[in-house]
Amino acid sequence: MTLQTRNISGETEPDPSKPTAGGRKFHHKAGSFAEHIIVWFMFACSILSIFITVGIVGVLIFETISFFREVTFAQFFLDTRWTPLFSSKHFGIWPLIAGTLLTTSIAIAVALPFGLLSAIYLSEFAASNVRRAVKPLLEILAGIPTIVYGYFALILVTPFLQKIIPDLSGFNALSAGLVMGVMIIPMISSLSEDAIYAVPESLKEGAYALGSHKLPSIFQVVLPTARSGIAAATTLAISRAIGETMIVTIAAGQQAKLTFDPRVPIETMTAYIVQISLGETPAGTLEFKTIFVVGFSLFCMTLIMNILGQKLAKRHIGTTE
Amino acid sequence: MVLMSELPKIEIKTGPGGGRMAGGAAAKRMKFSIDDLHAWYGSHEVLRDITLDIGEKKVTAVIGPSGCGKSTFIRTLNRMHETIRGAGQSGKVLLDGENIFDKSVDPVLLRRRVGMVFQKPNPFPAMSIRDNVVAGLRLTGLLKNFQADTIAEKALKQAALWNEVKDHMNKPGGSLSGGQQQRLCIARSLAVNPEVLLMDEPCSALDPIATAKIEELIRQLREEYTIIIVTHNMQQAARVSDKTAFFLTGDLVEYDITEKLFTKPSDKRTEDYITGKFG
Amino acid sequence: MIRINPKISEKLFVALCVTVIALPLILLIVLIGDVAIKASERISWHFLTSFPSMKAEEAGIYSALVGSFYIIVLTGAVSLPVGVGAAIYLEEYAKKNLLTNLIEINIANLAGVPSIIYGLLGLGIFVHMLNLGRSLLAGGLTLALLVLPIVIMASREALRTVPPSLREASLALGATRWETIRQVVLPMAIPGILTGSILSISRAIGETAPLIPVGAVAYMAFLPDSLRDPFTVLPIQIFNWVSRPQEEFTLNAAAGIAVLLVVLLTINAGAIVLRDRYQKRTR
Repeated sequence: MTLQTRNISGETEPDPSKPTAGGRKFHHKAGSFAEHIIVWFMFACSILSIFITVGIVGVLIFETISFFREVTFAQFFLDTRWTPLFSSKHFGIWPLIAGTLLTTSIAIAVALPFGLLSAIYLSEFAASNVRRAVKPLLEILAGIPTIVYGYFALILVTPFLQKIIPDLSGFNALSAGLVMGVMIIPMISSLSEDAIYAVPESLKEGAYALGSHKLPSIFQVVLPTARSGIAAATTLAISRAIGETMIVTIAAGQQAKLTFDPRVPIETMTAYIVQISLGETPAGTLEFKTIFVVGFSLFCMTLIMNILGQKLAKRHIGTTE
Repeated sequence: MVLMSELPKIEIKTGPGGGRMAGGAAAKRMKFSIDDLHAWYGSHEVLRDITLDIGEKKVTAVIGPSGCGKSTFIRTLNRMHETIRGAGQSGKVLLDGENIFDKSVDPVLLRRRVGMVFQKPNPFPAMSIRDNVVAGLRLTGLLKNFQADTIAEKALKQAALWNEVKDHMNKPGGSLSGGQQQRLCIARSLAVNPEVLLMDEPCSALDPIATAKIEELIRQLREEYTIIIVTHNMQQAARVSDKTAFFLTGDLVEYDITEKLFTKPSDKRTEDYITGKFG
Repeated sequence: MIRINPKISEKLFVALCVTVIALPLILLIVLIGDVAIKASERISWHFLTSFPSMKAEEAGIYSALVGSFYIIVLTGAVSLPVGVGAAIYLEEYAKKNLLTNLIEINIANLAGVPSIIYGLLGLGIFVHMLNLGRSLLAGGLTLALLVLPIVIMASREALRTVPPSLREASLALGATRWETIRQVVLPMAIPGILTGSILSISRAIGETAPLIPVGAVAYMAFLPDSLRDPFTVLPIQIFNWVSRPQEEFTLNAAAGIAVLLVVLLTINAGAIVLRDRYQKRTR
């Protein structure tokens, strides 16, 4: 490995009349012109991330503003029906939000207990070779493309559930929510595990020294100390579930309905965007702009959850609460 | 109001024939009778052939240079030593005449009779001060909710912390100063009503004023509890203890009345240590 | 309250935990099994080399396979240099100032934006504003933006594994920062960067949502000839088949899924093998 070195002048004896030995200059910035270009290129690549965010917000807000020139805030926030494509048009956002929240709640209802119990088991009970085998398996769950999960929900889960719940419709929030929950388990499990691992050993020793058994020490000392990290994991999982598209598009239906019944078809915000994108709605029309308004609402919801999650992840318990 | 002495005396044995403690009132003089105790981490032996008796309601200090095994020693007395992977011990440690290493003894129950305070104070940060004090009882399922305040007050008074925290009982356990946290941990250990209190260098993380408060506390606690304190500070050992044990690289070199050990030690190694020739 | 023996409740708890971990894994096996069984009825050389059709038995995945290949190459060609460049700048040059903070917050947030939103971004900017239309180019650029944050994060991780002392030694010898990076840091970090990037970009293979607003079509009976042509990809084709009510198309969907999973598995395994090979060489 050779490094380029500065050219040393050919003199073997440094001339005492010259201020620097060997005539080397160190006043100009080292580095060739090409190097400067490269650094500028890399800087531009970094700045790009800001432009992407600006782009996202710009595109969404631009169309949203255009949308609200024709539709009032009252129509958007107070109507309980969403029918932009029908002849009688309603633009109330709530059916879509309800659909999103319904599937998200079911997903979290599955992922939180499963993920948390997995985390507790892996960090407190499992032998290290069990941990090393199980963790990658859980990661595989996270790596399966959502289109495959969508197939699973529609083709396998729904027919199976229909045997147990007779009036379960072919498209429903329950199947989609359950499958989404399975997909999110690794997220909650691995982040919670980190939070539990961060609880100092000295606290567990303190509990044992008081004559505590293992379970009470976990539930009364370890988990409460790790609660910020677990809350952060849950918040980020909620954000993920809100933004999920393919599973709900395939399995939950495309009927915007304000309901919390998990057995009937509904439509989430993400599924609506897919529905319009695949359809025949011409660009530039009011109906088309609705996908940007819904997209903007979606963006705001996930942004709030992400910021909340990051804040929770940084919290340290006990001294500042 | 429930007096702490009315809390049930804990049997350390489980299963059939769990022994009734003999002669509770006519207290045995020797709280611990230790016989031929060995302890190791993996293949590394840390304690060799330790034999001594620890007197009841006395303060016994354990001194020695770093690595001599003194922390390991007290951790065998409440069977915390074996919780470390690869660690083990052999020999006999009799607590009131019963061997704590016997198969029928549940270590968890043992620790309710033999409490421990650690070098670095470890109050539970997710709990308030009040909850910290009664944590031992709540963890073991022995706490009835209406007792919490009374028990906490009594324990905090015993630990000389009550006046400083009585108006802040709901604040988190981590919000106190280092010395206060350590006294909180002492209160927490006392609330479980142990017979013995093991203290592993309890003052080494504290400033001199906090240290003095805790030493004063130890002198008071001696009237109710048997105390074994590990310390690297010889002056501290001389100040608070009745008897002192000097450990060196895993051996018990000398064990005598404190005043005698520090003024006329029998073993040359003890003399070298207390005069500062090493360690 | 009845007191349960603590040892028994601990055993019950562990049993519960093991069940909880096993259930999703069992479901995974059921899923893979079903896909394998259904796919075996449809997978054939004909399937892999035919275009879609209205008849399930004749429909094939050729245009989707080729489309996926083109798109990934495009995505990689854009996101790799940009992502690695940004990572190098942020790790090696950037000072801790407000701008750097802003950039890093942005990257973290972008990683959490739902993928469908990237589709809307692609629609607004690439399809309409830059007038690229519903083309392969628009799709590739959209996916490149989607994976960019994770390429940056993975590359930064790889750069961090190079000990600072090496950089200091090089600078002390009089090398410039870029020379240090090019000749000292990058050779050590390249395996990690490559593995991380390949894994990040491979996730794009399975992405469906961002390509829908950008206009990936569901029925393409020919291959794209240029970057401006319409395109389709594996997940979109699978989506199309899953959405059909006829049961025969379910078999096609399963076969498509099988192909997709095999591709993903191969790429991921390859990346991990690559990383292990390199790690052995530099030890």
